Amino acid sequence: MAKRIVVDPVTRIEGHLRIDCEVDGGKVTKAWSSGQMWRGIEVILQGRDPREAWLFTQRICGVCTTVHAIASVRAVENALGMEVPVNAQFIRNLIIGGHGVHDHMVHFYHLCALDWVDIVSALKADPRETAKLGQSLSSWKGNSHQDIKDAQERLKSFVASGQLGPFGSGYWGHSAMKLSPEVNMLAVTHYLQALYYQRKINQMVAILGSKTPHIQNLAVGGVANPINLDSSVTLNMEKLYHIKTLIEEVDEFVKTAMLSDVAAVGAFYADWTGYGAGVTNYLSVPDMPMDSKGTEFELPGGYIPNGDIGKFTPIKSYQDEFFEKNVRESIKHSWYDGDWTRHPYEEETVPNYTDFQDDGKYSWVKSPTFQDQPAQVGPLANVLAMYVAGHGPTKKYVDQTLKTVSSIAKTEVGIPALHSTIGRIAARVVRCAVLNDTMLNQWQALVNNIDSGDTSIYNKPEFPKGEQRGFGYHEAPRGVLSHWVVIEDGKIKNYQCVVPSTWNAGPRNGDDAPGPYEASLVGNPVADPEKPLEVLRTVHSFDPCLACAIHMVDKENEEIVRVKVL
Amino acid sequence: MNVLILGIGNILLRDEGIGVRAIEELECRYTFPPEVELVDGGTCGLELRDAIGRRDLLLLIDAMRNGGPPGTAYRLDGDEVPAHFHTRISPHQLGISDLLATLTLTDSLPARIVLFGVEPGDISTGLGLSQEVETGMEKVLQAVYEELKSCGLQPEAIPADEAFRLGFWSTRQNGKEAVP
Repeated sequence: MAKRIVVDPVTRIEGHLRIDCEVDGGKVTKAWSSGQMWRGIEVILQGRDPREAWLFTQRICGVCTTVHAIASVRAVENALGMEVPVNAQFIRNLIIGGHGVHDHMVHFYHLCALDWVDIVSALKADPRETAKLGQSLSSWKGNSHQDIKDAQERLKSFVASGQLGPFGSGYWGHSAMKLSPEVNMLAVTHYLQALYYQRKINQMVAILGSKTPHIQNLAVGGVANPINLDSSVTLNMEKLYHIKTLIEEVDEFVKTAMLSDVAAVGAFYADWTGYGAGVTNYLSVPDMPMDSKGTEFELPGGYIPNGDIGKFTPIKSYQDEFFEKNVRESIKHSWYDGDWTRHPYEEETVPNYTDFQDDGKYSWVKSPTFQDQPAQVGPLANVLAMYVAGHGPTKKYVDQTLKTVSSIAKTEVGIPALHSTIGRIAARVVRCAVLNDTMLNQWQALVNNIDSGDTSIYNKPEFPKGEQRGFGYHEAPRGVLSHWVVIEDGKIKNYQCVVPSTWNAGPRNGDDAPGPYEASLVGNPVADPEKPLEVLRTVHSFDPCLACAIHMVDKENEEIVRVKVL
Repeated sequence: MNVLILGIGNILLRDEGIGVRAIEELECRYTFPPEVELVDGGTCGLELRDAIGRRDLLLLIDAMRNGGPPGTAYRLDGDEVPAHFHTRISPHQLGISDLLATLTLTDSLPARIVLFGVEPGDISTGLGLSQEVETGMEKVLQAVYEELKSCGLQPEAIPADEAFRLGFWSTRQNGKEAVP
């Protein structure tokens, strides 16, 4: 008989997410993703000055702060047809890159790795063997016997203290945990080291953003980072070199430890390349603009339908109609009044809560579509697009990772393996490495441009009478983020954020086609419905925007098991 | 002595934003000794590690669900704080409990933590605090002042007629214009 399991995370900060699965014969047969993302921002923004919208939007979410600020200024600039000085583009790009690396590191090591790495098993590892293993996998300097021994001691005393914190309710000893104690211990060592490096990259964001969390240096039309190489209080060479040192320090960790860790996890869990593909229409946008108009980008993006990279269509500019015209949101299965599929400029938000109806309305999330189809967004979508667009660093890190996986797994693992749960995780780490390269390029571009005598950072926005419409997109850590603004007589008339987790966590659309989370769960193995670790693995591989604990509700026994998302 | 006053919360969900609002009020009302730093932590978790790490004293201000009437102010000291976040009364406990755990793992937990909370009433979408929570916040501001005074770090009040008195979020929600 089919058994229903409900994974119900609760957080008010980034929005609730609840996953319902029907499990039959040890596999998920049907899934529903139900959530409450932030859908009320227009209530606050209507009637406000478009120049300050970004200060509000970056408070939407505790994880994705910077990204909502960036998308907001881009949307208003687009509505006004503005150009942005290239210094401002490079400074924004460095912030985007730093934020992305921080986010990908935190997700990989501190939120997602613990679905695959058994902390309790790591305590049993032989430090000497672990060091040997680490040194065989990469040249990372932090794999010495002493490093591993220290990390294990630290873990032991932490576990002994009883305050388990993030390790509090993992599925330790679960039959789906397959790594040896030494591989587990190596991952734990890097987990601890990653805490140091993510701090470093956050410092870079703080230097440029003037504050973190919640940067303060943006403006519609540019940035508020005065550049004067002769002043000690502005952006000068000393600060620029400090930034470079921070990037380089993190760069080494990402390119040696992190890339080899994801390859090892991927190889030891090679069976997971067969699960979790789900929706294989992939949408991503180009980012890291290199000119004032937003027509040249360091990182490509675009649309790949049906997983067929031969059918890739690039998105080319901030004005690109292929993007602007093909985004819709449907509310057929969402708790809003009516049954429509509309363009973001034309949307309204009138709540109509109906309770959870399996075949009716069951989510606060609207269901976005691209060319009338559900689309998966995120690092995998972006990495595939960059790979097919011939982006050098992407190709290098993808090929290198697949080669390492193949040699550990002793079987040929190629690009098709990326359409999977484990592939999404690998793509995130690849993107993190790509972002490190990008930051170094952006740093150089900024220094060269300043060196040429250009210190311009801001163009003043002018608001004409009448109505203007604009959209701003950003390839955020969780995927395509777009803000859509309608301005009338210099005030905001309508504002919509179509966020990455909406694309991925959306419910069935106007044609009843399931969203990416829902589709990816079907066929997932579930060894023990009481401990659905496998469901968490697939949902977590999307990096759901939830820094939260979740309730497990087993409806048959009415028993509530509390589970913490790690 | 090295003190951080950290306010956390989401200012777009009314009373949820009490921590951030309290920081802004403190900054508008007082000048602080150099040993004291104030941070608006928003809804962030791990990103705050650098700000919190290795402090002698952390004064944390947050919305706190404890079953009392809206506006009730609470104070927790020392060992009670991690325990509070463990049993999840605050909306931010998860980010913060992981944060405290990673600080423990890296030996950089503040020597002492005092948590000031206010029971939220209205957490719907919107700006500004409910009247009860405004009142509760005043109690917290006074308690923070006393706490600093007891450490010999008494803040100095900014005269009421000086210009810079309303914070960004408070000017907007009260419908008042900031003094230029």
